[in-house]
Amino acid sequence: MCCARVGGIDPIGRKLKNVANIIRLNKSAWPGHCDLSLEADVLVLGGGPAGTWAALAAARAGARVVLADKGYCGTSGATAPSGTGVWYVPPDAASRKAAKDSRDAMGGFLASRRWMDRVLNKTYTALDALAEAGYPFPVDEDGVPQRRSLQGPEYMRLMRKLVQQAGARILDQSPALELLADNADWVAGAAGVQRQSGDRWAVRAGAVVVATGGCAFLSKALGCNVLTGDGYLLAAEAGAELSGMEFSNAYGLCPAFSPVTKSAFYRWATFYHEDGSVIEGAGASSGRSLIARTLLTQPVYARLDQASPHLHESLRLAQPNFFLSFDRQGINPFTDRFPVTLRLEGTVRGTGGIRIIGDDCSTSVPGLYAAGDAATREAVCGGFTGGGSHNAAWAISSGSWAGQAAAVFSGRQALKAFARRPVRGLGEAGLQPAATHRPGLTRDDIIRAVQDEVFPLDKNLFRSEATLNESLDTLHGLWRDIRAGFADTGAEAWRGREAAAMAATARWMYAAALLRTESRGMHKRTDHPASDPRQHHRLVSGGLDDIWVRPEPVDRSEALAS
Amino acid sequence: MIELLSESRCLACNICVKICPTNVFDEVSGGIPAIARREDCQTCFMCEAYCPADALYVSVLAERREPVDEAALVACGLLGSYRRNIGWARRPALAVRPDRPERLLFQAR
Repeated sequence: MCCARVGGIDPIGRKLKNVANIIRLNKSAWPGHCDLSLEADVLVLGGGPAGTWAALAAARAGARVVLADKGYCGTSGATAPSGTGVWYVPPDAASRKAAKDSRDAMGGFLASRRWMDRVLNKTYTALDALAEAGYPFPVDEDGVPQRRSLQGPEYMRLMRKLVQQAGARILDQSPALELLADNADWVAGAAGVQRQSGDRWAVRAGAVVVATGGCAFLSKALGCNVLTGDGYLLAAEAGAELSGMEFSNAYGLCPAFSPVTKSAFYRWATFYHEDGSVIEGAGASSGRSLIARTLLTQPVYARLDQASPHLHESLRLAQPNFFLSFDRQGINPFTDRFPVTLRLEGTVRGTGGIRIIGDDCSTSVPGLYAAGDAATREAVCGGFTGGGSHNAAWAISSGSWAGQAAAVFSGRQALKAFARRPVRGLGEAGLQPAATHRPGLTRDDIIRAVQDEVFPLDKNLFRSEATLNESLDTLHGLWRDIRAGFADTGAEAWRGREAAAMAATARWMYAAALLRTESRGMHKRTDHPASDPRQHHRLVSGGLDDIWVRPEPVDRSEALAS
Repeated sequence: MIELLSESRCLACNICVKICPTNVFDEVSGGIPAIARREDCQTCFMCEAYCPADALYVSVLAERREPVDEAALVACGLLGSYRRNIGWARRPALAVRPDRPERLLFQAR
């Protein structure tokens, strides 16, 4: 088929010539060689749901596709080790209206009804296609398939298979270190490292889809440690903008010892103080703030004692990995109290990300598309968590749109001239220090310093002008240190980029949070506890050394464009 | 965090090396893989799910170590339990033959 062949198996002479082009204009000065040089119409960065749907859509549009994942496409990201609901709503007007209304107020009325319709439509047909492709959706007593949830390992194993069958080439364990751009500043590919061999790779492409996920700051929330904001940094270096970065303080409720941030079942929980007295008013959704406030000074315990015994077995079957934490610690969550905590999931369960400017998930940079958690999800969730179903639907939809649009964009470039144009690498922070390397600063220092600003509930969940300014001072100073004297090299280069991406992400988050002098969606200001009708807008941010934030009107129109 | 890579069960197929999303394992020439970067383990249980021999055990403690005993894990049905729970294995982990004849399949490559 048309897309079975992927370029780059060049004779040695031509390969070296291509690579020479990359190095010549590359200010981050790759160390002399490139071990794997490929050409593709579309390069997808990230192999989670959004990346795999993007790769599929691009390949089906006839593009030659390469997908590079930092980890392994199939296990990487927040979905694979998890189970997720999907915003799968039958196409009748009443159900669709209820679905659109459900989170609108919680999201601070920043979502777009038009985008919600598009995502609902796309997700509905995509899941039906997934069933046809072999996903084993359960069937209810009446023989009706249930398509409102997906089991992560099964889903992502199948997506990998479909991507391969469509002819895309997958590079596993291959973090991208930087985007490549041509003389017109169009995105022209990416370069990275195969972290198990240390081999350098470069893919010249007509278009790039960034589907690298959000940023959870290495909090060890389930499956989230590969999600360090890498794509935000890559995109920002290419000149792309971000949106909704103030909606970045999602915390997942989980047993204090465990990474399993599956909070759906806590609706059956009672929350307790250490002495066994009930924390009145504490709940998994509306009473989450009270749990957070209590955690600031003392431990909090939970017990799923509101689930009647006949439910226990069904709950187990519904979400096996929720019970893993308890079974492996000898805890019966229905009868034993266990300590809980709030683990930061940042923009993974938040809604901020790369700003998209078109229905096709294009960014403001030609050749660059964003999908999944790497992109802003304000269009479907506003400022409230997209966790679970909405994010899953968004990944499927935005991935499909971005992949297809990237294929079309790439195809338009006359005679595939992109394969021959000179390109340069755009990566800087953490990859190449601006001044002389200062040996004192390690990536562990950077990571810890960022985490110290974004993990604490009294800095990130409960925000105020004072705490935000203090954190920004620290983070801006840290950024200057990174730019002046920090770089990781060789097979470890990706780790330095993770640290830099986390620092950059935290700065966009808090800069936006500082400008939004109100509470809206998940963004809570203790000094501005109410929402302000005059701030019913989105906040676009960007910049690397100098961060800027500006308001942008929100489109609330109902009409569904054809 | 990953706590057990069972020498007696491991087939040396290196699937865990390939699929670990945080690259915790290293392939070892002529031997079974090594847990090379335990501190990078994100406790996602994917290696357990993909291990055909139930040779891996991931403790649910995300930040702390937890010493485990293979025989005890088998006895209480925990070894391979995630793979079974998600429907990727039908039988509980069995006792292993000391000579592991299945390993020859991988060593022959």
